[in-house]
Amino acid sequence: MLNKKLLIGFAALAVVFLFLLARSRFREHHSQGTQQSLAPDFVLPDINGGNLRLSTYRGKVVLLDFWATWCEPCREETPHFVELQDKYRDQGLQIIGVSMDDDAAPVRQFHKQFKVNYLVAMGNAKIGELYGGILGLPIAFVIAPDGSIRARHDGAVKVDVIEAEIRELLATNPAR
Amino acid sequence: MNRNPNLMRLALPLVFFIAATCAAQQADAIPESRRMKPEELVKIMQSSSGEKPLMIDVGSHVLYSQAHIPGSEYIGPASTPDGLERLRRRVQSLSRGTFILIYCGCCPWTHCPNVKPADEALQALGFSNVKVLYIANNFGSDWVAKGYPTAKGD
Repeated sequence: MLNKKLLIGFAALAVVFLFLLARSRFREHHSQGTQQSLAPDFVLPDINGGNLRLSTYRGKVVLLDFWATWCEPCREETPHFVELQDKYRDQGLQIIGVSMDDDAAPVRQFHKQFKVNYLVAMGNAKIGELYGGILGLPIAFVIAPDGSIRARHDGAVKVDVIEAEIRELLATNPAR
Repeated sequence: MNRNPNLMRLALPLVFFIAATCAAQQADAIPESRRMKPEELVKIMQSSSGEKPLMIDVGSHVLYSQAHIPGSEYIGPASTPDGLERLRRRVQSLSRGTFILIYCGCCPWTHCPNVKPADEALQALGFSNVKVLYIANNFGSDWVAKGYPTAKGD
């Protein structure tokens, strides 16, 4: 009887251990570079004439996407990001697109054409350096509600991968 | 006019697919003979002899300001009429045999909107010694991360 209880106990512990291991591997696999470091704060001009400060969105899960209108993989990602913003807005997701275009006019046009429903600001070389060099597009960061960077994705990534990371953070977000 | 949202949902990926296919064909149309690998350029730059190319960045200024090849000149995105015009003006007085290297690195090679129009413009002007730097992924991973010479600023 005692042996049976011990066996069940060990089995339960093994399940918990395997779950934690799988979770940690998942994070390792999908994250690169600066995981867990604090996302550098910034203030950038948004495309509506105001300013966008990253730290304003502390408490939300933030998908920070560096992109440009002339970048084909970025353009392909946009409709998916629009869907994600709609789907998870009420659960605390805020997508922020930082355009690396040299000029705001095509960005405004793109914003209108693609019915972009998330925040868009104009980037510069300084913010590129702040985020470890944005020397190719797209590059996306998944940021937790506490402001820590959980993943960096260089190049086009399957939206399923990003969505899984967002869902995981939203599920543990106390501010929901 | 009522737009069917399901139809739009199906049509949008198709438009993207066609656009992406066109972009890929455009970049891949640059013949192998006119492509130069980053390691080849580094050898030329570091060699004490031989002709050095006039290196021209035909990509985004925001990316150029963060990192570029030392000694290269910034012209601007050749995918725009302004960028192409600046490129033509820059080279108009040069001998048609001048060794010119153009590069961008904003996106993966098959998606770069800038190098092909720049190459075409130089070919149309009669330049016979033009090379295009083959950057497979982007300037960050294929140049900077490899420790090749890099400069910052304007």
